[in-house]
Amino acid sequence: MLKGLFKLSWIETKIFLREPMGVVGTLFMPVVFFLIMARFLRGVPRPSAALGRVGFNATILASLLIVLGTVQSLIAIMAIYREGGILKRLRATPLAPVTILSAHVLVKLLLTLTSFLLLVLAGRRAMPGAMPEDMVGFAAAILLGTLGILGLGFLVASVVPTARFAQPLGAAVFYPMLALSGLFFPIARLPMWLRAVAEVLPTTHAVTLMRGTYEGTAWSTQWGSVAALLAIFAVCLFLATKWFRWE
Amino acid sequence: MPEPVIVVRNLAKRYGKTVAVADVSLEVREGEIFGLIGPNGAGKTTTMECIEGLRRPDSGTMTVLGLDPHRDASTLRHRIGVQHQEAQLQKRIKVWEAVDLWASLYDESRVADVDTLLERLGLAARRNARFMTLSGGQKQRLFIALALIHQPEVVFLDELTTGLDPQARRAIWELVRDIRARGTTVLLTTHLMEEAERLCDRVAIVEHGRTIEVGTPAELVRRHCPERRVIYTTEDDGVERRHELSGEGDDFVTDVIHGIARDGTRVHGFRTVIPTLEDVFLKLTGHALRD
Repeated sequence: MLKGLFKLSWIETKIFLREPMGVVGTLFMPVVFFLIMARFLRGVPRPSAALGRVGFNATILASLLIVLGTVQSLIAIMAIYREGGILKRLRATPLAPVTILSAHVLVKLLLTLTSFLLLVLAGRRAMPGAMPEDMVGFAAAILLGTLGILGLGFLVASVVPTARFAQPLGAAVFYPMLALSGLFFPIARLPMWLRAVAEVLPTTHAVTLMRGTYEGTAWSTQWGSVAALLAIFAVCLFLATKWFRWE
Repeated sequence: MPEPVIVVRNLAKRYGKTVAVADVSLEVREGEIFGLIGPNGAGKTTTMECIEGLRRPDSGTMTVLGLDPHRDASTLRHRIGVQHQEAQLQKRIKVWEAVDLWASLYDESRVADVDTLLERLGLAARRNARFMTLSGGQKQRLFIALALIHQPEVVFLDELTTGLDPQARRAIWELVRDIRARGTTVLLTTHLMEEAERLCDRVAIVEHGRTIEVGTPAELVRRHCPERRVIYTTEDDGVERRHELSGEGDDFVTDVIHGIARDGTRVHGFRTVIPTLEDVFLKLTGHALRD
Protein backbone atom coordinates (compact mmCIF):
# COMPACT_ATOMS: atom_id res chain seq x y z
CA MET A 1 0.00 0.00 0.00
CA LEU A 2 3.08 2.20 -0.37
CA LYS A 3 1.60 3.79 -3.46
CA GLY A 4 -1.44 4.92 -1.49
CA LEU A 5 0.78 6.22 1.32
CA PHE A 6 2.84 8.41 -0.97
CA LYS A 7 -0.13 9.61 -2.96
CA LEU A 8 -2.08 10.52 0.14
CA SER A 9 0.96 12.24 1.68
CA TRP A 10 1.56 14.19 -1.50
CA ILE A 11 -2.06 15.29 -1.74
CA GLU A 12 -2.13 16.27 1.92
CA THR A 13 1.02 18.32 1.39
CA LYS A 14 -0.53 20.11 -1.56
CA ILE A 15 -3.73 20.74 0.36
CA PHE A 16 -1.73 22.17 3.24
CA LEU A 17 0.09 24.54 0.93
CA ARG A 18 -3.22 25.79 -0.46
CA GLU A 19 -4.20 27.27 2.87
CA PRO A 20 -2.18 30.50 3.16
CA MET A 21 -2.97 31.11 6.83
CA GLY A 22 -1.85 27.63 7.78
CA VAL A 23 1.37 27.96 5.82
CA VAL A 24 2.25 31.30 7.39
CA GLY A 25 1.29 30.14 10.86
CA THR A 26 3.09 26.82 10.85
CA LEU A 27 6.05 27.46 8.57
CA PHE A 28 6.95 31.09 9.10
CA MET A 29 5.71 32.17 12.53
CA PRO A 30 8.37 30.29 14.52
CA VAL A 31 11.03 31.80 12.24
CA VAL A 32 9.64 35.31 12.71
CA PHE A 33 9.47 34.67 16.44
CA PHE A 34 13.08 33.58 16.42
CA LEU A 35 14.22 36.64 14.49
CA ILE A 36 12.50 38.96 16.95
CA MET A 37 14.09 37.15 19.87
CA ALA A 38 17.42 37.19 18.11
CA ARG A 39 17.29 40.98 17.98
CA PHE A 40 16.77 41.28 21.71
CA LEU A 41 19.20 38.57 22.67
CA ARG A 42 22.02 39.90 20.51
CA GLY A 43 25.10 40.22 22.61
CA VAL A 44 23.85 38.06 25.43
CA PRO A 45 26.49 35.41 26.02
CA ARG A 46 25.48 31.90 25.26
CA PRO A 47 24.86 29.77 27.20
CA SER A 48 23.47 32.29 29.63
CA ALA A 49 25.87 32.69 32.50
CA ALA A 50 23.16 33.54 34.97
CA LEU A 51 21.34 30.25 34.55
CA GLY A 52 24.35 28.06 34.01
CA ARG A 53 24.48 25.27 31.51
CA VAL A 54 20.73 24.87 31.25
CA GLY A 55 20.07 28.44 30.20
CA PHE A 56 17.33 29.63 27.94
CA ASN A 57 18.00 29.00 24.27
CA ALA A 58 16.09 30.88 21.57
CA THR A 59 16.99 28.39 18.84
CA ILE A 60 15.60 25.48 20.82
CA LEU A 61 12.48 27.41 21.77
CA ALA A 62 11.85 28.35 18.13
CA SER A 63 12.42 24.72 17.09
CA LEU A 64 10.02 23.56 19.76
CA LEU A 65 7.43 26.05 18.56
CA ILE A 66 7.80 24.58 15.09
CA VAL A 67 7.11 21.13 16.47
CA LEU A 68 4.16 22.26 18.57
CA GLY A 69 2.72 24.11 15.59
CA THR A 70 2.77 21.01 13.43
CA VAL A 71 1.34 18.86 16.20
CA GLN A 72 -1.45 21.36 16.77
CA SER A 73 -2.25 21.32 13.08
CA LEU A 74 -2.31 17.52 13.13
CA ILE A 75 -4.85 17.53 15.95
CA ALA A 76 -6.97 20.09 14.13
CA ILE A 77 -6.85 18.18 10.85
CA MET A 78 -7.80 14.90 12.49
CA ALA A 79 -10.75 16.54 14.22
CA ILE A 80 -11.93 18.27 11.05
CA TYR A 81 -11.51 15.13 8.94
CA ARG A 82 -13.38 13.10 11.50
CA GLU A 83 -16.22 15.57 11.71
CA GLY A 84 -16.50 15.82 7.94
CA GLY A 85 -16.62 12.05 7.51
CA ILE A 86 -13.37 12.14 5.52
CA LEU A 87 -11.69 9.58 7.77
CA LYS A 88 -14.72 7.35 7.56
CA ARG A 89 -14.76 7.58 3.78
CA LEU A 90 -11.05 6.78 3.53
CA ARG A 91 -11.55 3.82 5.82
CA ALA A 92 -14.09 2.36 3.40
CA THR A 93 -11.30 2.07 0.81
CA PRO A 94 -8.64 -0.65 0.78
CA LEU A 95 -6.26 1.81 2.50
CA ALA A 96 -5.11 0.35 5.81
CA PRO A 97 -6.02 2.60 8.75
CA VAL A 98 -2.36 2.79 9.75
CA THR A 99 -1.51 4.05 6.25
CA ILE A 100 -3.98 6.89 6.56
CA LEU A 101 -2.44 7.99 9.85
CA SER A 102 1.13 7.42 8.66
CA ALA A 103 0.56 9.76 5.75
CA HIS A 104 -0.23 12.53 8.20
CA VAL A 105 2.85 11.78 10.31
CA LEU A 106 4.96 11.87 7.16
CA VAL A 107 3.54 15.22 6.08
CA LYS A 108 4.08 16.68 9.54
CA LEU A 109 7.70 15.50 9.71
CA LEU A 110 8.30 17.04 6.31
CA LEU A 111 6.71 20.25 7.48
CA THR A 112 8.86 20.38 10.61
CA LEU A 113 11.96 19.85 8.53
CA THR A 114 11.02 22.58 6.07
CA SER A 115 10.29 25.06 8.81
CA PHE A 116 13.58 24.16 10.48
CA LEU A 117 15.39 24.76 7.22
CA LEU A 118 13.84 28.22 7.03
CA LEU A 119 14.92 28.82 10.61
CA VAL A 120 18.47 27.86 9.79
CA LEU A 121 18.55 30.07 6.69
CA ALA A 122 17.20 33.04 8.61
CA GLY A 123 19.31 32.31 11.70
CA ARG A 124 22.55 32.11 9.79
CA ARG A 125 22.04 35.68 8.61
CA ALA A 126 20.48 37.23 11.69
CA MET A 127 22.25 35.41 14.47
CA PRO A 128 25.05 33.24 13.17
CA GLY A 129 26.27 32.33 16.64
CA ALA A 130 22.89 30.92 17.62
CA MET A 131 22.95 28.09 15.12
CA PRO A 132 24.19 24.70 16.23
CA GLU A 133 27.38 23.42 14.63
CA ASP A 134 26.09 19.94 14.04
CA MET A 135 23.10 20.94 11.94
CA VAL A 136 22.25 17.39 10.86
CA GLY A 137 22.38 16.12 14.42
CA PHE A 138 20.19 18.98 15.59
CA ALA A 139 17.70 18.32 12.79
CA ALA A 140 17.64 14.65 13.78
CA ALA A 141 16.94 15.71 17.37
CA ILE A 142 14.05 17.86 16.18
CA LEU A 143 12.58 15.00 14.16
CA LEU A 144 12.88 12.63 17.10
CA GLY A 145 11.29 15.25 19.32
CA THR A 146 8.51 15.70 16.77
CA LEU A 147 7.88 11.96 16.79
CA GLY A 148 7.47 11.87 20.58
CA ILE A 149 5.29 14.96 20.71
CA LEU A 150 3.33 13.83 17.66
CA GLY A 151 2.57 10.58 19.47
CA LEU A 152 0.95 12.52 22.28
CA GLY A 153 -0.75 14.68 19.65
CA PHE A 154 -2.32 11.57 18.15
CA LEU A 155 -3.58 10.59 21.57
CA VAL A 156 -5.22 14.00 21.94
CA ALA A 157 -6.55 13.75 18.38
CA SER A 158 -8.08 10.36 19.17
CA VAL A 159 -10.24 11.68 21.95
CA VAL A 160 -10.93 15.30 21.04
CA PRO A 161 -14.72 15.43 20.65
CA THR A 162 -15.19 18.11 18.00
CA ALA A 163 -13.14 20.26 15.65
CA ARG A 164 -14.00 23.32 17.73
CA PHE A 165 -12.31 21.73 20.72
CA ALA A 166 -9.19 20.70 18.86
CA GLN A 167 -7.20 23.94 19.11
CA PRO A 168 -8.00 24.84 22.72
CA LEU A 169 -7.49 21.29 23.94
CA GLY A 170 -4.20 21.00 22.07
CA ALA A 171 -3.04 24.31 23.50
CA ALA A 172 -4.09 23.33 27.01
CA VAL A 173 -2.11 20.11 26.77
CA PHE A 174 1.03 21.33 25.04
CA TYR A 175 1.80 24.83 26.25
CA PRO A 176 2.01 23.92 29.96
CA MET A 177 4.33 21.12 28.87
CA LEU A 178 6.58 23.72 27.37
CA ALA A 179 6.94 25.36 30.77
CA LEU A 180 7.95 22.08 32.36
CA SER A 181 10.33 21.09 29.59
CA GLY A 182 13.45 22.43 31.27
CA LEU A 183 13.90 25.06 28.62
CA PHE A 184 13.19 28.04 30.87
CA PHE A 185 14.48 26.66 34.16
CA PRO A 186 16.08 23.36 35.12
CA ILE A 187 13.57 20.68 36.02
CA ALA A 188 15.74 19.91 39.02
CA ARG A 189 14.14 22.99 40.60
CA LEU A 190 10.68 21.50 40.34
CA PRO A 191 9.04 19.76 43.29
CA MET A 192 9.47 16.00 43.21
CA TRP A 193 5.99 15.17 41.93
CA LEU A 194 6.14 17.77 39.16
CA ARG A 195 9.56 16.52 38.18
CA ALA A 196 8.09 13.03 37.83
CA VAL A 197 5.43 14.49 35.53
CA ALA A 198 8.07 16.31 33.49
CA GLU A 199 9.99 13.06 33.06
CA VAL A 200 7.15 11.37 31.16
CA LEU A 201 6.45 14.35 28.92
CA PRO A 202 7.91 14.19 25.41
CA THR A 203 8.75 17.92 25.44
CA THR A 204 11.21 17.43 28.31
CA HIS A 205 13.13 14.75 26.42
CA ALA A 206 12.91 16.72 23.21
CA VAL A 207 14.50 19.72 24.92
CA THR A 208 17.21 17.59 26.53
CA LEU A 209 18.05 15.99 23.20
CA MET A 210 18.01 19.28 21.29
CA ARG A 211 20.17 20.95 23.89
CA GLY A 212 22.59 18.05 23.82
CA THR A 213 23.01 18.11 20.07
CA TYR A 214 23.07 21.92 20.12
CA GLU A 215 25.98 21.91 22.51
CA GLY A 216 27.72 19.14 20.67
CA THR A 217 27.31 16.43 23.31
CA ALA A 218 28.13 13.00 21.92
CA TRP A 219 25.12 10.98 20.73
CA SER A 220 26.34 8.09 22.81
CA THR A 221 25.29 9.99 25.94
CA GLN A 222 21.87 10.87 24.47
CA TRP A 223 20.37 7.42 24.10
CA GLY A 224 18.26 7.94 27.20
CA SER A 225 16.36 10.81 25.59
CA VAL A 226 16.12 9.03 22.24
CA ALA A 227 14.75 5.90 23.89
CA ALA A 228 12.31 7.96 25.98
CA LEU A 229 10.96 9.77 22.90
CA LEU A 230 10.57 6.55 20.92
CA ALA A 231 8.92 4.85 23.90
CA ILE A 232 6.48 7.74 24.34
CA PHE A 233 5.71 7.60 20.63
CA ALA A 234 5.10 3.85 20.76
CA VAL A 235 2.94 3.92 23.90
CA CYS A 236 0.88 6.88 22.68
CA LEU A 237 0.38 5.32 19.27
CA PHE A 238 -0.67 2.06 20.85
CA LEU A 239 -3.24 3.84 23.00
CA ALA A 240 -4.28 6.08 20.13
CA THR A 241 -5.05 3.11 17.88
CA LYS A 242 -7.15 1.65 20.69
CA TRP A 243 -9.07 4.86 21.30
CA PHE A 244 -9.02 6.39 17.86
CA ARG A 245 -12.46 7.31 16.63
CA TRP A 246 -12.92 7.36 12.89
CA GLU A 247 -16.21 9.23 13.03
CA MET B 1 -32.89 -18.13 -9.59
CA PRO B 2 -29.35 -16.87 -9.00
CA GLU B 3 -28.02 -16.39 -5.48
CA PRO B 4 -28.89 -12.92 -4.11
CA VAL B 5 -26.01 -10.44 -4.04
CA ILE B 6 -26.78 -9.34 -0.50
CA VAL B 7 -28.48 -11.47 2.14
CA VAL B 8 -29.24 -10.02 5.57
CA ARG B 9 -30.97 -12.07 8.26
CA ASN B 10 -32.18 -10.66 11.59
CA LEU B 11 -29.58 -7.94 11.80
CA ALA B 12 -29.47 -6.07 15.12
CA LYS B 13 -27.21 -3.29 16.35
CA ARG B 14 -27.40 -1.06 19.40
CA TYR B 15 -25.30 1.86 20.58
CA GLY B 16 -25.27 1.71 24.34
CA LYS B 17 -28.92 1.62 25.28
CA THR B 18 -30.17 2.97 21.98
CA VAL B 19 -31.38 0.31 19.60
CA ALA B 20 -30.41 1.46 16.10
CA VAL B 21 -31.39 -1.72 14.29
CA ALA B 22 -33.74 -4.20 15.95
CA ASP B 23 -34.46 -6.78 13.27
CA VAL B 24 -33.66 -6.23 9.62
CA SER B 25 -33.84 -8.95 7.00
CA LEU B 26 -33.59 -8.49 3.26
CA GLU B 27 -32.22 -9.90 0.04
CA VAL B 28 -30.88 -7.83 -2.81
CA ARG B 29 -30.80 -9.45 -6.24
CA GLU B 30 -28.18 -9.01 -8.87
CA GLY B 31 -28.60 -5.97 -11.08
CA GLU B 32 -31.44 -4.33 -9.21
CA ILE B 33 -31.78 -0.99 -7.45
CA PHE B 34 -32.92 -1.84 -3.95
CA GLY B 35 -34.04 0.92 -1.58
CA LEU B 36 -34.12 1.03 2.19
CA ILE B 37 -36.84 3.55 2.88
CA GLY B 38 -38.01 5.09 6.08
CA PRO B 39 -37.76 8.25 8.16
CA ASN B 40 -34.49 9.60 9.53
CA GLY B 41 -33.41 7.60 12.53
CA ALA B 42 -35.17 4.42 11.38
CA GLY B 43 -31.87 2.52 11.20
CA LYS B 44 -31.27 2.66 7.46
CA THR B 45 -27.73 4.03 7.64
CA THR B 46 -26.65 1.70 10.45
CA THR B 47 -28.01 -1.23 8.46
CA MET B 48 -26.11 -0.12 5.40
CA GLU B 49 -22.87 0.44 7.27
CA CYS B 50 -23.10 -3.01 8.83
CA ILE B 51 -23.48 -4.50 5.36
CA GLU B 52 -20.51 -2.45 4.11
CA GLY B 53 -18.42 -3.92 6.92
CA LEU B 54 -17.87 -0.56 8.60
CA ARG B 55 -19.82 -1.57 11.70
CA ARG B 56 -20.00 -4.83 13.53
CA PRO B 57 -23.58 -5.91 14.20
CA ASP B 58 -24.57 -7.31 17.60
CA SER B 59 -26.38 -10.23 16.03
CA GLY B 60 -27.70 -11.53 12.75
CA THR B 61 -26.02 -12.88 9.64
CA MET B 62 -25.01 -11.17 6.42
CA THR B 63 -23.35 -12.06 3.18
CA VAL B 64 -22.33 -9.74 0.36
CA LEU B 65 -21.32 -11.42 -2.90
CA GLY B 66 -21.15 -14.61 -0.86
CA LEU B 67 -18.59 -13.08 1.51
CA ASP B 68 -18.75 -12.08 5.15
CA PRO B 69 -18.54 -8.26 5.37
CA HIS B 70 -16.26 -8.45 8.42
CA ARG B 71 -14.15 -11.52 7.98
CA ASP B 72 -13.59 -10.81 4.28
CA ALA B 73 -13.53 -7.01 4.60
CA SER B 74 -10.27 -6.54 2.71
CA THR B 75 -11.43 -8.64 -0.24
CA LEU B 76 -14.84 -7.08 -0.29
CA ARG B 77 -13.57 -3.48 -0.31
CA HIS B 78 -12.29 -4.09 -3.82
CA ARG B 79 -15.67 -5.32 -5.00
CA ILE B 80 -18.03 -2.80 -3.42
CA GLY B 81 -18.29 0.97 -3.76
CA VAL B 82 -19.73 3.26 -1.11
CA GLN B 83 -21.02 6.77 -0.73
CA HIS B 84 -21.76 8.06 2.77
CA GLN B 85 -24.48 10.34 3.97
CA GLU B 86 -23.42 14.00 4.31
CA ALA B 87 -19.81 13.11 3.55
CA GLN B 88 -17.13 15.69 2.92
CA LEU B 89 -13.68 15.62 1.42
CA GLN B 90 -10.69 17.80 2.15
CA LYS B 91 -11.90 21.34 1.41
CA ARG B 92 -9.02 22.13 -0.88
CA ILE B 93 -8.62 18.82 -2.68
CA LYS B 94 -9.20 19.09 -6.41
CA VAL B 95 -11.70 16.88 -8.19
CA TRP B 96 -9.07 15.10 -10.27
CA GLU B 97 -6.81 14.61 -7.23
CA ALA B 98 -9.57 12.87 -5.30
CA VAL B 99 -10.41 10.57 -8.18
CA ASP B 100 -6.74 9.94 -8.88
CA LEU B 101 -6.07 9.09 -5.22
CA TRP B 102 -8.98 6.69 -5.12
CA ALA B 103 -7.88 5.15 -8.40
CA SER B 104 -4.45 4.44 -6.92
CA LEU B 105 -5.97 2.42 -4.08
CA TYR B 106 -7.49 -0.34 -6.20
CA ASP B 107 -6.22 -3.03 -8.58
CA GLU B 108 -5.09 -1.35 -11.75
CA SER B 109 -6.86 -3.91 -13.90
CA ARG B 110 -10.21 -2.93 -12.43
CA VAL B 111 -9.83 0.84 -12.28
CA ALA B 112 -11.91 2.85 -14.73
CA ASP B 113 -10.39 5.56 -16.87
CA VAL B 114 -10.51 8.74 -14.79
CA ASP B 115 -11.32 11.10 -17.64
CA THR B 116 -14.07 8.90 -19.02
CA LEU B 117 -15.60 8.60 -15.58
CA LEU B 118 -15.50 12.37 -14.97
CA GLU B 119 -17.06 12.89 -18.38
CA ARG B 120 -19.80 10.39 -17.65
CA LEU B 121 -20.65 12.10 -14.36
CA GLY B 122 -20.60 15.57 -15.87
CA LEU B 123 -17.54 16.64 -13.91
CA ALA B 124 -15.04 16.99 -16.74
CA ALA B 125 -15.30 20.78 -16.76
CA ARG B 126 -14.69 20.88 -13.02
CA ARG B 127 -11.75 18.54 -12.80
CA ASN B 128 -9.46 21.30 -11.47
CA ALA B 129 -12.02 22.71 -9.05
CA ARG B 130 -11.49 22.43 -5.32
CA PHE B 131 -14.01 20.37 -3.39
CA MET B 132 -15.28 23.36 -1.42
CA THR B 133 -16.23 25.22 -4.58
CA LEU B 134 -18.48 22.45 -5.90
CA SER B 135 -22.26 22.66 -5.76
CA GLY B 136 -24.21 20.10 -3.77
CA GLY B 137 -25.02 18.11 -6.89
CA GLN B 138 -21.42 18.18 -8.07
CA LYS B 139 -20.18 16.99 -4.70
CA GLN B 140 -22.58 14.06 -4.81
CA ARG B 141 -21.52 13.24 -8.36
CA LEU B 142 -17.91 13.27 -7.22
CA PHE B 143 -18.79 10.84 -4.44
CA ILE B 144 -20.48 8.64 -7.01
CA ALA B 145 -17.30 8.79 -9.08
CA LEU B 146 -15.27 7.67 -6.05
CA ALA B 147 -17.72 4.84 -5.44
CA LEU B 148 -17.48 3.70 -9.07
CA ILE B 149 -13.77 4.18 -9.78
CA HIS B 150 -12.90 0.49 -9.33
CA GLN B 151 -15.98 -0.75 -11.21
CA PRO B 152 -17.50 -2.48 -8.19
CA GLU B 153 -20.16 -5.16 -8.40
CA VAL B 154 -22.30 -3.57 -5.69
CA VAL B 155 -22.68 0.12 -4.92
CA PHE B 156 -24.04 1.52 -1.64
CA LEU B 157 -25.60 4.99 -1.82
CA ASP B 158 -26.73 6.59 1.43
CA GLU B 159 -29.20 9.49 1.16
CA LEU B 160 -27.69 10.45 -2.12
CA THR B 161 -29.98 13.33 -3.01
CA THR B 162 -30.70 14.85 0.39
CA GLY B 163 -30.41 18.61 0.22
CA LEU B 164 -30.33 18.77 -3.57
CA ASP B 165 -32.75 20.80 -5.66
CA PRO B 166 -35.21 18.89 -7.86
CA GLN B 167 -33.13 19.38 -10.99
CA ALA B 168 -29.91 18.08 -9.47
CA ARG B 169 -31.91 15.25 -7.94
CA ARG B 170 -33.23 14.15 -11.31
CA ALA B 171 -29.74 14.26 -12.79
CA ILE B 172 -28.53 11.97 -9.99
CA TRP B 173 -31.42 9.56 -10.58
CA GLU B 174 -30.36 9.29 -14.21
CA LEU B 175 -26.84 8.42 -13.09
CA VAL B 176 -28.08 5.74 -10.73
CA ARG B 177 -30.17 4.18 -13.50
CA ASP B 178 -27.07 4.26 -15.65
CA ILE B 179 -25.16 2.36 -12.96
CA ARG B 180 -27.84 -0.33 -13.03
CA ALA B 181 -27.81 -0.40 -16.82
CA ARG B 182 -24.14 -1.37 -16.64
CA GLY B 183 -25.02 -4.39 -14.54
CA THR B 184 -24.05 -3.07 -11.13
CA THR B 185 -26.30 -3.82 -8.17
CA VAL B 186 -27.34 -0.76 -6.15
CA LEU B 187 -28.44 -0.61 -2.53
CA LEU B 188 -29.59 2.84 -1.53
CA THR B 189 -31.32 4.55 1.37
CA THR B 190 -33.77 7.38 1.03
CA HIS B 191 -36.45 9.10 3.04
CA LEU B 192 -37.98 10.50 -0.14
CA MET B 193 -40.87 8.35 -1.30
CA GLU B 194 -40.87 9.89 -4.73
CA GLU B 195 -37.25 8.92 -5.15
CA ALA B 196 -37.94 5.36 -4.04
CA GLU B 197 -40.93 5.06 -6.32
CA ARG B 198 -39.15 6.37 -9.39
CA LEU B 199 -35.78 4.80 -8.89
CA CYS B 200 -36.06 1.53 -7.00
CA ASP B 201 -36.93 -1.84 -8.43
CA ARG B 202 -37.69 -3.07 -4.94
CA VAL B 203 -37.84 -1.43 -1.55
CA ALA B 204 -37.78 -2.41 2.10
CA ILE B 205 -39.70 -0.19 4.48
CA VAL B 206 -37.71 0.29 7.67
CA GLU B 207 -39.38 1.60 10.80
CA HIS B 208 -37.88 1.66 14.31
CA GLY B 209 -35.04 -0.59 13.17
CA ARG B 210 -37.24 -3.26 11.63
CA THR B 211 -38.04 -4.16 8.04
CA ILE B 212 -41.80 -4.12 8.03
CA GLU B 213 -42.39 -4.72 4.30
CA VAL B 214 -40.42 -5.68 1.22
CA GLY B 215 -41.52 -5.59 -2.41
CA THR B 216 -41.68 -3.56 -5.60
CA PRO B 217 -43.29 -0.14 -5.13
CA ALA B 218 -46.25 -1.21 -7.31
CA GLU B 219 -46.68 -4.43 -5.34
CA LEU B 220 -46.73 -2.60 -2.04
CA VAL B 221 -49.27 -0.10 -3.30
CA ARG B 222 -51.48 -2.92 -4.63
CA ARG B 223 -51.18 -4.88 -1.42
CA HIS B 224 -51.77 -2.13 1.10
CA CYS B 225 -53.57 0.63 -0.73
CA PRO B 226 -55.84 -0.95 -3.37
CA GLU B 227 -58.18 2.06 -3.38
CA ARG B 228 -58.49 3.82 -6.72
CA ARG B 229 -60.41 6.97 -7.47
CA VAL B 230 -61.56 8.36 -10.77
CA ILE B 231 -62.58 11.98 -11.04
CA TYR B 232 -64.15 13.23 -14.24
CA THR B 233 -66.18 16.24 -15.30
CA THR B 234 -69.09 16.45 -17.71
CA GLU B 235 -71.23 19.35 -18.93
CA ASP B 236 -74.99 19.49 -18.47
CA ASP B 237 -76.71 22.46 -20.14
CA GLY B 238 -73.69 24.65 -19.73
CA VAL B 239 -73.17 23.61 -16.11
CA GLU B 240 -70.04 21.70 -15.33
CA ARG B 241 -70.49 18.66 -13.12
CA ARG B 242 -67.85 16.81 -11.21
CA HIS B 243 -68.10 13.06 -10.72
CA GLU B 244 -66.02 11.07 -8.28
CA LEU B 245 -65.95 7.29 -8.17
CA SER B 246 -63.93 5.07 -5.87
CA GLY B 247 -63.25 1.40 -5.90
CA GLU B 248 -60.54 -1.14 -5.38
CA GLY B 249 -58.14 -3.06 -7.56
CA ASP B 250 -56.40 -2.51 -10.85
CA ASP B 251 -59.52 -3.28 -12.87
CA PHE B 252 -61.50 -0.46 -11.33
CA VAL B 253 -60.17 2.30 -13.61
CA THR B 254 -60.71 0.14 -16.69
CA ASP B 255 -64.28 -0.55 -15.63
CA VAL B 256 -65.00 3.15 -15.23
CA ILE B 257 -63.56 3.94 -18.66
CA HIS B 258 -65.64 1.19 -20.22
CA GLY B 259 -68.71 2.46 -18.43
CA ILE B 260 -68.23 5.99 -19.67
CA ALA B 261 -67.62 4.77 -23.22
CA ARG B 262 -70.70 2.55 -23.12
CA ASP B 263 -72.92 5.46 -22.05
CA GLY B 264 -71.38 7.71 -24.68
CA THR B 265 -70.86 10.44 -22.09
CA ARG B 266 -68.96 13.53 -23.21
CA VAL B 267 -66.15 13.98 -20.75
CA HIS B 268 -64.28 17.26 -20.30
CA GLY B 269 -61.79 16.24 -17.69
CA PHE B 270 -60.60 12.85 -16.47
CA ARG B 271 -58.05 11.90 -13.88
CA THR B 272 -57.25 8.97 -11.68
CA VAL B 273 -55.94 9.11 -8.13
CA ILE B 274 -53.75 6.14 -7.39
CA PRO B 275 -52.09 5.79 -3.99
CA THR B 276 -48.34 6.13 -3.81
CA LEU B 277 -45.64 4.64 -1.66
CA GLU B 278 -46.19 7.61 0.62
CA ASP B 279 -49.73 6.35 1.30
CA VAL B 280 -48.43 2.85 1.90
CA PHE B 281 -45.98 4.21 4.39
CA LEU B 282 -48.66 6.20 6.13
CA LYS B 283 -50.89 3.19 6.36
CA LEU B 284 -48.21 0.83 7.64
CA THR B 285 -46.65 3.13 10.20
CA GLY B 286 -49.51 5.39 11.14
CA HIS B 287 -47.51 8.52 10.43
CA ALA B 288 -46.33 10.47 7.44
CA LEU B 289 -42.74 10.55 6.29
CA ARG B 290 -41.08 13.83 6.94
CA ASP B 291 -37.63 15.18 6.42
